[in-house]
Amino acid sequence: MAGIRTRREVFFNRAAIAGVMVALFIMLVPIYWITSTAFKPRNLATTIPPTVLFTPEISPFVKLFTKRSQLRDPVAQEIYDAAPWWEQMVFDGGQKVVRSNKGVVRRSGYGQRFLNSLIIAITSTFLAVSMGTLTAYGFSRFKVKGEDDWMFFILSTRMLPPVVVAIPMFLMYRLVGLHDTHIGLIILYTAFNLSFSVWLMKGFIDEIPREYEEAALVDGYTRMQAFFKVVLPEAMTGIAATAVFCFITAWNEYAFALIMTNRKAQTAPPFIPSQIGSGLPDWTVIAAGTFLFLLPVAIFTFLLRNHLLRGMSFGAIRK
Amino acid sequence: MANLELKGVSKNFGANKALRSLDLRIENGEFFVLLGQTGAGKTTTLRVLAGLEKPNEGQVLIDGEDVANWTVAERDVALVLQQYSLYPRLTVRGNLEFPLRSKIRGLNEAEIADRVERVAKTLQITALLDRKVERLSGGEMQRVSIGRAIVREPRVFLMDEPLSALDAKLRETLRVELKKLHNNLGATFLYVTHDQVEAMSMGDKIGVLNKGRLVQVGTPSEVYNRPCNTFVARSVGTPPMNLIKGTLDGSSAVMDANGFCLPVQANGTAAGKDLFFGVRPENLVIESGAPVEAKVFDIEDHGVIKILTIEVGANKLHATVSAQMKVSLDETVRFGWKADKVLLFDQATGRNLAAS
Repeated sequence: MAGIRTRREVFFNRAAIAGVMVALFIMLVPIYWITSTAFKPRNLATTIPPTVLFTPEISPFVKLFTKRSQLRDPVAQEIYDAAPWWEQMVFDGGQKVVRSNKGVVRRSGYGQRFLNSLIIAITSTFLAVSMGTLTAYGFSRFKVKGEDDWMFFILSTRMLPPVVVAIPMFLMYRLVGLHDTHIGLIILYTAFNLSFSVWLMKGFIDEIPREYEEAALVDGYTRMQAFFKVVLPEAMTGIAATAVFCFITAWNEYAFALIMTNRKAQTAPPFIPSQIGSGLPDWTVIAAGTFLFLLPVAIFTFLLRNHLLRGMSFGAIRK
Repeated sequence: MANLELKGVSKNFGANKALRSLDLRIENGEFFVLLGQTGAGKTTTLRVLAGLEKPNEGQVLIDGEDVANWTVAERDVALVLQQYSLYPRLTVRGNLEFPLRSKIRGLNEAEIADRVERVAKTLQITALLDRKVERLSGGEMQRVSIGRAIVREPRVFLMDEPLSALDAKLRETLRVELKKLHNNLGATFLYVTHDQVEAMSMGDKIGVLNKGRLVQVGTPSEVYNRPCNTFVARSVGTPPMNLIKGTLDGSSAVMDANGFCLPVQANGTAAGKDLFFGVRPENLVIESGAPVEAKVFDIEDHGVIKILTIEVGANKLHATVSAQMKVSLDETVRFGWKADKVLLFDQATGRNLAAS
């Protein structure tokens, strides 16, 4: 389409690009802010006007992953000197400044919380998407009695704001012993995402012509084999999109994570604000936590980008 | 290699009766064409045979065995569809291998490669083998679809309008190829189409289907020359058979339209009934000495022949004449017909009176 453009077209084209750049700028500023704050020394985090040029440090991350407390037994100087550099760093936050022999530094909960977040989000996404895909396939391909009513019922589970049932859920979870367990949160997030996943996947699977599976059936495969060999590859785009949405929901969930967990299974979102504490908050640590928290979603989306961008192209079909 | 039989098969989709007590027998090695309009139940018939639909009533027999409880895979039929027929993510080779890789066949790699090679050679698609199917033209795709059917060496080939998405020229080429393939394989083919030219030119036998019922079964010439009712008369042949309303008076046909008369062979059962006189366009004779006057309404020049539409009163009749004949629009011509080729249909029932 490299034809001759009119001046008008050129103008609108440039205006559109300018508009996109402005929008992009507005959207990226918070991310820049978080990222830069995560690498700032504490005294530069809250300066006005903001400091743009600074020597990046990893001390916020060190502080994020560590916890200081007082111990009666002094830490021996020899032990400190004999320790490898990374352990020394844990002791003094990378700054060879005043070192109190009374202070001891241990791992903070962030690593564990982050791991919890990953386990819970990935497992619940996997469950919600796989169950959703199978359910959607059933609704799409078989005559289900009262199909529309069922689909509406599934949708209706999303109509109530989840927080409304938080207290009863909390009581029930405590009763059955799911409180503060990974499984508890996984079940919860799977249930949140399932209706969404069913609806989205039904749309995608409806688009896949039945002829493919029927051809596979005629070619000597069972319905299950046909589903895995023919339908699933075709549905990859939809599965990728659904998985990204489910993952983001589960990853970002705050309210239930706060209520349903306190130690063992707590995820990262409730942990980060807990660091604000009561005194003067160390914003660099919070920024570091947030920065790390953003990464998995970005990586996950990046890995699935081809499927997301691919769109619904069904290769050999001539419509 | 197998024969197929449907016995009293009915299939309903909700209130819609797709097949009504259908009886059909296809002999081993026969090229059977099922002809019908959209919605006549052709595709349903195929799907019931393949096992993709369960009939509400009746039996499906393959080689005399009731296959009601056989899965689709066990029936060992091959299906070629009009479209959506290739697996889009595979290469041509992948598509041809796909049915062979099914566990129920248990073939080893060497056998698979050998079979694919042979089929590719037969259909002249060897050069395409490693191509992705989305890069194929429509004709190539259908060739591969047919290949995927042949490679399995199934008991029966079921084809659901495999050529109707292709352009006219390609359709003709593939029609000839399919016919040749059938001769070489000697397999049983059930071919479904709405295109009566395909039906006439390919079938050993034609079954005409209307609203889920089989109206007539016969060789192409039987169906063409002795249609059992007006529906078959209209749906087989281009241009279709002329059907003129009238009554019989001794051995002459008296038309309702403007009362013109033409001779016919006497038929005892037809006397006094309201009739359709059916005559094929090639059996209308246009010549100066002919008995009836008509006006030329339209001329289609097909090169070999011309198809005239002539107007007599309220009737518009088709006649094929030699391409050399000089004729112009709105010209007055005279026509008659070959009396021995005229068929008599009962207006009330649509039945061919000679057939009953």
